[in-house]
Amino acid sequence: MSLGSSVVLLAARQVSGDVVPARAQMATTLGFHIILASLGIALPSVVLLAEFIGLRRHDETAMLLARRWSQGMGVLLAVGAVTGTVLSFEMGLLWPGLMRRYGAVLGLPFGVEGVFFFLEAIFAGIYLWGWRRLPGWAHFWSGVPIALSGILGAMSVIAVNSWMNQPGGFTQRGGTITSVNPWQVYFNHAALYQMPHMILAAYMVTGFVVAGVYAAGVLRGRRDRYHYAGFALGFVPAAILTPFQIFVGDTAARAIAHDQPVKFASMEYVPRTSRHVAEWLGGVYANGRVYAGLKIPDMDSLLVGFAPGTKVTGWDSVAPADRPPAVWLLHLCFDVMVGLGFLLLLAGLWAAWAWWRRRRLPRHRLFWLAGAVSGVAAIVAMECGWVVTEVGRQPWVVYRLQTTAQAATTNGGVLTSLTLIIVMYAVIGTATILILRMLARRWRAGAGLETAVPYGPPPALPGERASQVEP
Amino acid sequence: MMADVVGGILLAGIALYAVLGGADFGGGLWDLLAGTTRRGLAPRAFIDETITPVWEANHVWLVFDLVIFWTAFPHAFTAVMNALALPLWLAVAGVVLRGSGFAFRKEMTRLDLQRVTGAVFAFSSLLTPFFMGTVIGAIATGAVRGDASHASLSAWTNPTALLAGLLFVAACGYLAAVYLTSEAARHGQRQLQEYFTRRAQAAAIVAGLLSLAALATLHNANPALFAHLTGRALALMILAGACGLAVLALLTSGRIKGIRVIAALGVTAVVWGWGVAQYPVLLPGTPVTLTNAGAPNATYGALVVVFVAAVLLIGPSFVLLFTLQHRRLLQADHGDAEGPSAPG
Repeated sequence: MSLGSSVVLLAARQVSGDVVPARAQMATTLGFHIILASLGIALPSVVLLAEFIGLRRHDETAMLLARRWSQGMGVLLAVGAVTGTVLSFEMGLLWPGLMRRYGAVLGLPFGVEGVFFFLEAIFAGIYLWGWRRLPGWAHFWSGVPIALSGILGAMSVIAVNSWMNQPGGFTQRGGTITSVNPWQVYFNHAALYQMPHMILAAYMVTGFVVAGVYAAGVLRGRRDRYHYAGFALGFVPAAILTPFQIFVGDTAARAIAHDQPVKFASMEYVPRTSRHVAEWLGGVYANGRVYAGLKIPDMDSLLVGFAPGTKVTGWDSVAPADRPPAVWLLHLCFDVMVGLGFLLLLAGLWAAWAWWRRRRLPRHRLFWLAGAVSGVAAIVAMECGWVVTEVGRQPWVVYRLQTTAQAATTNGGVLTSLTLIIVMYAVIGTATILILRMLARRWRAGAGLETAVPYGPPPALPGERASQVEP
Repeated sequence: MMADVVGGILLAGIALYAVLGGADFGGGLWDLLAGTTRRGLAPRAFIDETITPVWEANHVWLVFDLVIFWTAFPHAFTAVMNALALPLWLAVAGVVLRGSGFAFRKEMTRLDLQRVTGAVFAFSSLLTPFFMGTVIGAIATGAVRGDASHASLSAWTNPTALLAGLLFVAACGYLAAVYLTSEAARHGQRQLQEYFTRRAQAAAIVAGLLSLAALATLHNANPALFAHLTGRALALMILAGACGLAVLALLTSGRIKGIRVIAALGVTAVVWGWGVAQYPVLLPGTPVTLTNAGAPNATYGALVVVFVAAVLLIGPSFVLLFTLQHRRLLQADHGDAEGPSAPG
């Protein structure tokens, strides 16, 4: 959460005036929410997968995992719902210029999202609290709408973000929107690659986070069927999706080279429009040259047009004021995202190879270490990708139509709300993690899933005292 | 014409948020006022059990209303967001603290942590509707200028706006107490039924008095709106008053059947009365109306389509949720304690 905010604070330093705290606040709240949103989109599918296996194969381990994950999902969905509401308000409170001008256009996908938000919340109420009284398969099916509306809701939100990158589907005269084509707004050009990229990211984050929890358990010596099952239910889907994600990401990068050439030039360190452009791995751009980077000649041209002579547009194609701030940030974030994507791919290939040769997961400690950090790696990769998308669009909020400075609030006091929100989110983020850990401890102690009543007497927990000393 | 339809949709959304989300806030209010740990145990447990499966869905109405507001009437939306930034920020903070406090408390096993998270939930349940009320009060008194670009403290601290804030809190408490009374009666919980009956009666009286006080101050603050409220919206105002009196009478005579619907109808009548009185002006005292607030016709059309789809998809889903909830089929999971009890 604080990664996004500090990164954007750094990046925003070059932008003047009131817009900086507004951007920092949006970055903090969105960078926090994007993790919860990803879990909200994909966790229901992982839980349903466990429940499906539990019902189909009468597998009590899978069923127990599904029930326990449900309880964690209840907390995560609640925090995700309220932090999402903050963003709705911030659209108006931080970016009145954007909403006044383009609210009638970009509001439409949000309206569609509202419908799926409703379905998600309604069926979450049924699924999460229906474990005891609803019969097996009926309960399973009550969860399916949550998973579906998670995907469709995400598509709608990404429709708005991609529209900001490739605005279209409307006409305006003298600053007033005169007509709108909702279909073209929703399925704008960037939506075609942003939607699959973000939804796959959500599934990878969720799968690897779940896998990471149980890999950490295995590393601590909890080598039982329960932990291996918990790991596999998260890891297998995420690892299967990873190659598809790399393909989608590669396609998206090529599309951006065409749609937003300046963003692409910043991602890849292309100062001047030219042919035979080199690819830089890592490195910091300053004073007109790249320090400490690995240069691969012609590679960038090759990636963009499959030929070393392909012309790549540089950032010299626009005036300095129209370029994103801090190209080094964009480039390094892009490289970290791609690098982590390939490392996650390697982890998946390792597991696939072990399964192919010996029909079991790898025994090597390094594999389980990789598994344990895969969740954090997936989150970092997603946050980096999001920084590339957002900072790369600067100085525009609506690409080539409205600058972020024009959109920002003219009210003072954003620094105050920023400070308060950082404190509030730090507390809520910490509390969420502590509660999930506490749940896990309680499960290990073999106690019930739930305390009976608020303010009720705490149930006796045999393992509580011991596990508090050594969590 | 289409703008009027969308205005109606927005008003319906606000009424639904008031009736459903308001009751959730009220639940938090009664949790706050339930007294010491031991004394408040039974009502708190009952409130918690009643709200748990439904609060997130009820809360979505807020987001839905915001989206309709900014999409269909962006100029009015941004004026409100600019002028009333402070109470809106406070309401947002309340929404966050309330939801997370409620969700966190469920998972706490230590009494002191339950108290902290519970207090966060309960206090923010009180503050959130208050600040939302001041926002509506500020709009109704004409304190939001059409081209507002800066926050204004005086806009939402005039007597009518502050009274509207208090009225919102009282109305939330009233709805919650009525719902909880009838829920307790359904499940034969005699003591809780009496407990919430007393609170529903008190809240009804307080809400009624606050409505009259707000109306009286509105007479000075916005004479035009007052004239319309007592003119073309008079029938709705009378309906609202009659519903309140009917609920009070039914509660006193111990007849519970139907009070939930009558109470909700009363609050809905107030919301629609406000809308009818203000029509077609969005921001009283400004030229901003339903038709000139910054959206083209195609946007209205698309929103109507979204709304129809929403009614078709969400309506039956809500009926399912509330039906399962009434039959008490949605409850906390005690699975592990009972051993392997995997359904199916």
